[in-house]
Amino acid sequence: MCKKTPLYNEHVAHGGKMVEFAGYLLPVQYPHGIIQEHLAVRQGCGLFDVSHMGEIIIKGKQALENIQNLFCNNMEGMAIGRARYSPMLNRQGGVVDDVLVYRIDEDEYWLIANAANKDKDVSWIKAHLFGDVQMSDVSDKIAQLALQGPLSKKILNQLMNEEDIPAKNYTFTNHVKVAGVECLVSRTGYTGELGYELYMRGEDAVQVMRKLLEVGKPHGLILCGLGARDTLRLEAGMPLYGHEMSDEITPLEAGLAPFVKLDKPGFIGLEALKEKGEPNRIRVGLEVIGKGIVRENCSLYIGDRRVGQSTSGTMSPLTKKAIAMAFVDVSASAIGTQMEADVRGRRLPVVVVEMPFSKRSK
Amino acid sequence: MSRKYCKTHEWVQKEGNLYVVGITDYAQEELGDIVFMNLPNVGDEVIADEPFADVESVKAVSDILSPYTGRIAEVNEDLLDRPELINEDPYKAWIVKLEDVSDSAELMGEAEYLAFIEQEG
Repeated sequence: MCKKTPLYNEHVAHGGKMVEFAGYLLPVQYPHGIIQEHLAVRQGCGLFDVSHMGEIIIKGKQALENIQNLFCNNMEGMAIGRARYSPMLNRQGGVVDDVLVYRIDEDEYWLIANAANKDKDVSWIKAHLFGDVQMSDVSDKIAQLALQGPLSKKILNQLMNEEDIPAKNYTFTNHVKVAGVECLVSRTGYTGELGYELYMRGEDAVQVMRKLLEVGKPHGLILCGLGARDTLRLEAGMPLYGHEMSDEITPLEAGLAPFVKLDKPGFIGLEALKEKGEPNRIRVGLEVIGKGIVRENCSLYIGDRRVGQSTSGTMSPLTKKAIAMAFVDVSASAIGTQMEADVRGRRLPVVVVEMPFSKRSK
Repeated sequence: MSRKYCKTHEWVQKEGNLYVVGITDYAQEELGDIVFMNLPNVGDEVIADEPFADVESVKAVSDILSPYTGRIAEVNEDLLDRPELINEDPYKAWIVKLEDVSDSAELMGEAEYLAFIEQEG
């Protein structure tokens, strides 16, 4: 049985094509189609229902010590009102999940987890908590909307006071009013554009969504589905759990070294990472030379030598080029390295390029 | 012959000695924005119910199966540069024309096909 987000009826009313994703019925696209939705976010603004994401609260006198043990990024010194991205590792150095950690209060943190991993995360965290700390899973009570694109601030400003809008990336304001509804608003997202994520009680979500669409319409705001969410994050060079991260892939292989503080005193997975040393394979961006699209699970070759495998791929709606992410041997990871992808028995030439594939618009 | 339909959402229509093949409106709707076509070559032999081309949407790649066993007589090369023509008008944007056809896949008339997709959807 699939769960529905509080916005399910709105999606259906807007012509959303509903699919199952991580146990939820969510729109993969609306009648505009993925390309138009994608371009709306790059050039104007798009609105996503991401209520499937998990919200886990860690609270108590020893909350920080526990957070520091669970995550490989350093949360020491993070002020209230700030958020940080971090992988959460297993003992082998693989990734249990990648989450955003919000510091809500002195002794309270919120973790925003991937829907598909949330139950796994809850069990994992429960098994590793120590001392004076409690965890609660509030995912079913909270709805989340992502307003993304260069015009997102302008649109948000019509429904909330300017001083309540978080001014910097990875900051948030709490208990602020958006269209009269109490929200937590963070300047975060998964598109590579200026954007905000709004958390609210499930029962308030319809009102916020309707108001945003109403005031955003003159600015070209449209609803966007999971399809555009995936092409946007890919174009932005952002890894996705289950593709570029897994229980078997280390964050160093996934190119997440900036979020792994090896000099931090002790966290789960640190010893394994140290033991493994420099990775042998690494995540790269690929561009297809000529025609064709490389999707996930295509083997990559230089001559007869297999050098890696693709993990995600699509046509970039912005550049119209076929782009992909892959894990390749470090020796084949330099920008400009040419190789071939085996796409259903045909060899397509590809080249290693820099990520993000598209630069952020002004 | 009026337009016939396959269970795998191709359409076929006889035009003189040739059989014109495309994908249905339901298929393009399900695929979403089409961004690339892999087309066969003129002269290629095709087999009923087996793939002869594939279509890439933003989301995924899908095979296009041949309604008949036969040979490719013509290929719509406009689709190489403008695959979105299929989204715009799937019954005008034909993909290939077949000749020397023999065996056919299971084909349905329009009413039967509409009932079939109703059931599938």
